[in-house]
Amino acid sequence: MVLISVEVNGTRHQHDVEPRLLLVQYLRETLGLTGTNIGCDTTSCGACTVLLNGESVKSCTLLAVQADETEVLTIEGLGGPDATLHPVQEAFREHHALQCGYCTPGMVMAAVSLLAEEDELDERGVREGLEGNLCRCTGYHNIVKAVLACANDRGTPTGSDS
Amino acid sequence: MIPAAFDYVRAGSADEAIALLGEHGDEAKLLAGGHSLLPLMKLRLAIPSVLIDIGRVPDLSYIEERGDEIAIGALARHHDLETSALLKEQVPLLAFTSHQVGDPQVRHRGTLGGTLAHGDPASDLPAAVLALGGTLVAQGPDGRREIAAVDFFQGFLETALGADEMLVEIRVPKMAGAGWSFQKFNRRAQDWAIVGVAAVLNGTTGIALINMGSTPLRATAVEEAVRRGASAADAATAADQGTDPPSDVNASSEYRRHLATVLVRRALEEATS
Repeated sequence: MVLISVEVNGTRHQHDVEPRLLLVQYLRETLGLTGTNIGCDTTSCGACTVLLNGESVKSCTLLAVQADETEVLTIEGLGGPDATLHPVQEAFREHHALQCGYCTPGMVMAAVSLLAEEDELDERGVREGLEGNLCRCTGYHNIVKAVLACANDRGTPTGSDS
Repeated sequence: MIPAAFDYVRAGSADEAIALLGEHGDEAKLLAGGHSLLPLMKLRLAIPSVLIDIGRVPDLSYIEERGDEIAIGALARHHDLETSALLKEQVPLLAFTSHQVGDPQVRHRGTLGGTLAHGDPASDLPAAVLALGGTLVAQGPDGRREIAAVDFFQGFLETALGADEMLVEIRVPKMAGAGWSFQKFNRRAQDWAIVGVAAVLNGTTGIALINMGSTPLRATAVEEAVRRGASAADAATAADQGTDPPSDVNASSEYRRHLATVLVRRALEEATS
């Protein structure tokens, strides 16, 4: 077992973990944060996307021990206090950017990372920037609309600072 | 999917990682970004008994100018390469190719050293480094040695790295002003190339093929034809010479041979336009 110390959604956690424990299992099973979904489990679909030190990663392809001494942000930690929505969550609701909802947490986290990295985004930039996230309802149009709306709305770049 | 159990050690330096490799031998694997190794471990296609995590070794993520070359620390991530102003200016083929790997999440984790040491013939960056005629620096218990990219890839997932060696640096010649192209054919944005081509046309013509054999390959017959002054269309007919492309669920060997000629022609046209 290896002792890890991870700050998840602003709260520090310490656990002894088996080295082979994946980050997504740590989040879901050890911490009970089941908002992060497991889809393909093969680094393809992006359903398990979380932010690691502010950057999008696929938590099915990271060991929990690799997240030691990092800051992790999951969909549960994205909104503000009193259940206020993050602007990307708000835009997803406004533009109906979800159908079954399974890909949504990963899609939102990937979009937050993309918006933080790119000062200017057009439709192509959004589509390419979300290439790591699959929506099996194929509801991409409204997802792209929502992310574009966020890109256009911001006077200053939206930070992904956790 | 859960990997088989292993022991985990974190190395604080390249020296420490190499000492650990010496101690654990063939049973150990180095873990950098983990985006080649962990998927294999989850499928139990790789079952190392010890993982030596080099992901936090400091001072191996640089991208810097060194004379006529750009030197890159082995732990520089694809994201570092695709966003490097220096690389975009001096070795645009490598910056562009880095942007074609996987997807943003993969590029936030995957490292140049990791993808080269993994030696997958279907990966993008090995072909780019091969086309550029790069130099790979391996560090072992007796110090460092340099390996030309053309000698580095020896077989399917096999490289010239010894069991107690770690890839620490990659150097590529500056190519500002040279013609170049990267072509990749796949079915979905994030997929591996069914076939791909990296081409650089300057004093030293380099054309390398992705997924046309058990290693990334130099298309030497095409390079010779280009040097003779052949047209793109004529030179490209030699694209599959000396290759041994696989047949798999994505494409037959014959289809890959055809794709290689088409993609090499496009690459030569783009590089000379």
